[in-house]
Amino acid sequence: MELSAVNDDQIEVLLSDLLEQYGYDFTGYSKASLKRRINRLYSLDKSLSFAEFRYKVNNDPIYFKRFVEQITVNVTEMFRDPEFFKTLREEVLPQLGTYPFIRIWLAGCSTGEEAYSISIVLKELNLLHKSLIYATDLNPTVLEKAAQGMFALAQMKQYSENYIAAGGKQDFSSYYSANYSLAKFDDELKKKIIFSTHNLVSDHSFNEFQLILCRNVLIYFDRDLQNKVLELFNDSLDELGYLALGTKETIEFSDIHKQYKRLPGNKIWRKQR
Amino acid sequence: MKKCKAFIIGGSAGSLEVLLKVLPAVNPELSFPIVIVIHRKHGADSLLPGLLSSRTKMPVKEADEKEMMVPGTIYIAPSDYHLLIEMDGSFSLDYSEKVNYSRPAIDVTFQTAAEAYREGLVCLLLSGSNSDGVKGLLTVKSWAGTVAIQDPETAQVAYMPDQARKSMDIDRILRIDEVADYINLLS
Repeated sequence: MELSAVNDDQIEVLLSDLLEQYGYDFTGYSKASLKRRINRLYSLDKSLSFAEFRYKVNNDPIYFKRFVEQITVNVTEMFRDPEFFKTLREEVLPQLGTYPFIRIWLAGCSTGEEAYSISIVLKELNLLHKSLIYATDLNPTVLEKAAQGMFALAQMKQYSENYIAAGGKQDFSSYYSANYSLAKFDDELKKKIIFSTHNLVSDHSFNEFQLILCRNVLIYFDRDLQNKVLELFNDSLDELGYLALGTKETIEFSDIHKQYKRLPGNKIWRKQR
Repeated sequence: MKKCKAFIIGGSAGSLEVLLKVLPAVNPELSFPIVIVIHRKHGADSLLPGLLSSRTKMPVKEADEKEMMVPGTIYIAPSDYHLLIEMDGSFSLDYSEKVNYSRPAIDVTFQTAAEAYREGLVCLLLSGSNSDGVKGLLTVKSWAGTVAIQDPETAQVAYMPDQARKSMDIDRILRIDEVADYINLLS
């Protein structure tokens, strides 16, 4: 990326196209990251001119799908931030385990690695049978991948280390079977996961939850959009429910923070009565 | 040269030692912020701000997303996130694919800052064993910013500054004992 191939004005043009043409609103996204990813895609696909690039986004539905998949960040891993998953295992989920039924919303689930991680912990705590995980993302393509439950076998060493650091006591490899270069996770783990599209920018609350996880999504939003999404979470969370964010995210600048108490040392907040 | 508005340091293997030597001699009342992007292992996180702040009177902190940079402050890119600079001089964090096998990648910070600060940006690339930062310096130059490197002769691992030197005209090549004065004179 030398002088940006797609400049700020052109990005504004693309964003309003997306809104008019497809109803996807990216105008509240942080600009630097969005711009970098649009330029990355532009040069990756060897676009000839902005006009050609724009035409494809607007008129080729398959390219549009690729565009959305590429400009949003879909990098994730299993048991990322083991300390966080340890707190889930030892503190949050046992607390929720006293309820007759646990509803969990994983917002921005991408390709599903965290959904399966949570499912594994619930299973080990003997809570999976009375839990339901709603794993949502704006991007249908990543959800298809998530539903398959197959991840690169090459990642399993790292994931297994994460799992152990997060307090896992089983043999991690007992949860999947190796199939060429892929690890296929047990179907039992996804029986309680519902993968579904949901756009945090434009869609409303769809249920009441005892735990909402949304990690490393808010960093891509500007402050106004962050506030709006936190209000949405607040409306979707039961009293005494938990809200979990990424290690560099916070609710402290938002109006909802007064109703919440933070778990010391963690980016987990509990809604007060 | 135009007034410096932000000074960004990138480094990898062998760069921490340089920072520890340089920081004590840097004037704590600089008229611009310093941003540090160095490669390190994920998880070895929170030690770095403490280590660096023991060597300077300047406030040292990890960059937070949406935070506005303040002159006379040292910001460190948090581990396992890319650190981006918005046009208004605030930080954004990004958990996208590694670049040059690195996250944070020096290229990402240099490139986004290049356009935000243009001729007000000075970037310094230190010791390291891969070529992260070189493309970023090229972008900085194309936006009329200033590029400096640690003299490869004084670098524990010369590869990174050497790659930069081979790829472009470097504005300043600095020995370790020249870095602090260089920074102070920009203020």
